[in-house]
Amino acid sequence: APAFAEPLGLGRAALPEEIAAWDVAVLPDGTGLPEGSGDAFTGDEVFAEKCASCHGDFAEGIDNWPVLAGGQGSLTNRRPVKTIGSYWPHLSTVWDYIHRSMPFGAAQTVSADEAYAITAFLLYSNGVVEDDFELSKENFAEIVLPNAEGFYPDDRPATEYPLFSVAPCMQGCREPVKVTKRAVELNVTPMDPDGKPAGTLPDLRVGAAAGQAT
Amino acid sequence: MSGTVETGTSRRAFLGAGLAAGAAVATTGLARAQEADPLITEVQDWSSAFGDPVDATPYGMPIHYESHVVRRNVEWLTESPVSSINFTPIHALEGTITPQGCAFERHHSGAIELAKQDYRLMISGLVERPLVFTYEDLTRFPRTITTAFCECAANGGMEWGGAQLEGCQFTQGMIHNMEYTGVPLRLLLEEAGVKPEGKWVYAEGADASSNGRSMPLEKAMDDVLVAFFANGEALRKEHGYPVRLVVPGFEGNMWVKWLRRIGVYDRAVESREETSKYTDLMPDGRARKWTWVMDAKSVITSPSPQAPIRHGKGPLVITGLAWSGHGKVARVDVSLDGGVNWVEARLTGDVKSKALTRFHLDLDWDGSEMFLQSRAVDETGYVQPTKNQLREIRGLNNVYHNNGIQTWWVRADGEVENVEIA
Repeated sequence: APAFAEPLGLGRAALPEEIAAWDVAVLPDGTGLPEGSGDAFTGDEVFAEKCASCHGDFAEGIDNWPVLAGGQGSLTNRRPVKTIGSYWPHLSTVWDYIHRSMPFGAAQTVSADEAYAITAFLLYSNGVVEDDFELSKENFAEIVLPNAEGFYPDDRPATEYPLFSVAPCMQGCREPVKVTKRAVELNVTPMDPDGKPAGTLPDLRVGAAAGQAT
Repeated sequence: MSGTVETGTSRRAFLGAGLAAGAAVATTGLARAQEADPLITEVQDWSSAFGDPVDATPYGMPIHYESHVVRRNVEWLTESPVSSINFTPIHALEGTITPQGCAFERHHSGAIELAKQDYRLMISGLVERPLVFTYEDLTRFPRTITTAFCECAANGGMEWGGAQLEGCQFTQGMIHNMEYTGVPLRLLLEEAGVKPEGKWVYAEGADASSNGRSMPLEKAMDDVLVAFFANGEALRKEHGYPVRLVVPGFEGNMWVKWLRRIGVYDRAVESREETSKYTDLMPDGRARKWTWVMDAKSVITSPSPQAPIRHGKGPLVITGLAWSGHGKVARVDVSLDGGVNWVEARLTGDVKSKALTRFHLDLDWDGSEMFLQSRAVDETGYVQPTKNQLREIRGLNNVYHNNGIQTWWVRADGEVENVEIA
């Protein structure tokens, strides 16, 4: 039961300009978008200046930095390429995430118009729009990403829990085992100097490590 | 490299386990030392001279002999160390409470430094009274205490395709378990007054990544905590100082750190962290979204690859952790032969809902190789599945939510490997 039915009177009213500064989330229906617009050509320029050093001139990714374009049709491959064009469901997420959290290391330095322009460029990079496309608050909701229907809410209660919620076998449950995979064959775990996995407990049968003294 | 366990060997081991639980067994006997131990017969310095004075360490660190009990990073897992993960040394810990100093970290734009004086929490959106709280305001709300595990959705994710990393720190160590004190999120939402059309709560942090996540109002009004103490003291910087969300049973990504805003909406925001990330690709190319709960899971923490058996045959403690986002752990079974036969382990200490639970099985090890497994059962009757059972449904590219049974191959020399078996 609630300890207090009535408000305690703590905190103060949030001012409109404070809410505007922090409540910048954009929902899939476009709720939260500010006025503004930007075209793919402008987005190309902004992207070259602020984004391409990690994500590549064509949003294809450099080294191990995230790939933002391509990979369409790869979601059933052994190694799917999940990008804005191949995987993301909503354009709102693109605008929102860029506007709030990119560029990496200098977030919240992208204006609303720049966010529209970069988003238009990413749509173009993913083959969703032509190169003369201009994105604005007004036409935002008309854009449907290729994988918009690619997601469904957690269905484990129907597809897994009944299967796994039966009394388990205790004796003679299976054939004797054979090893099929060994992590040591990959040998990609950080190591201690003696070649053991990093953090292996010290051997208490040999002397304490004097060199570890702080 | 075929690792076939003789069933006879396993039966003897199980028999030994039963005996050991009942009474002391004279399997090894007490051999007389060859010669007197100078650590006993000679006066040692620490038994004669002074140790450190009480003011030597105002806030202490573990003794240097325990320097292996630290967080560790695996550099190749991520492209940047500020949007990355490290691992709790669960192979070396006991009980259930994770020491904060070695409890894992996962950031998306680094661990920020946010003073209590600079801290603000806003509640906005579909509420009667949009509010701003200072840290001091939060300290004046009625408090509650919750012990809960925070498990990264990606814990064990790199093991979906096979046995890859060597040690439970790396394969199960994106987890910590703390006792939190804070204010129920429900009280803050009631202070603002949620409008009837408000169905979803969006929480975001003060860091550059923001880590915004949506959750249904029902969860927010149930057991979510706006926490400022963990394991008795303020949150560590890297764990969200001064305020984080505690979302019992739900994937760690939703435990928003450096919490700065709670927005109430009529639908989910479908932010980057619940579309691009924390969605689980299935074999047909579609993906599950909103897979919030962490299902029942367990791991044997010793023996394990970083905790080999060096003491030879005889009494052996098998120790491990079990947990479930659906409630309490009801039981943990342990197998020595890769799942042919199972025995029930002991749940040691308090069993708390949506919290780490310690289990033990005391064994008389005959020195033969073993394939150790643990299998958690929670209070809903859900039994932790094998990796193959999960893969049959989900394929190999789920990325998240790998709660499959872990196998350790204990070799005759006591070394332990991460393996998969068929």
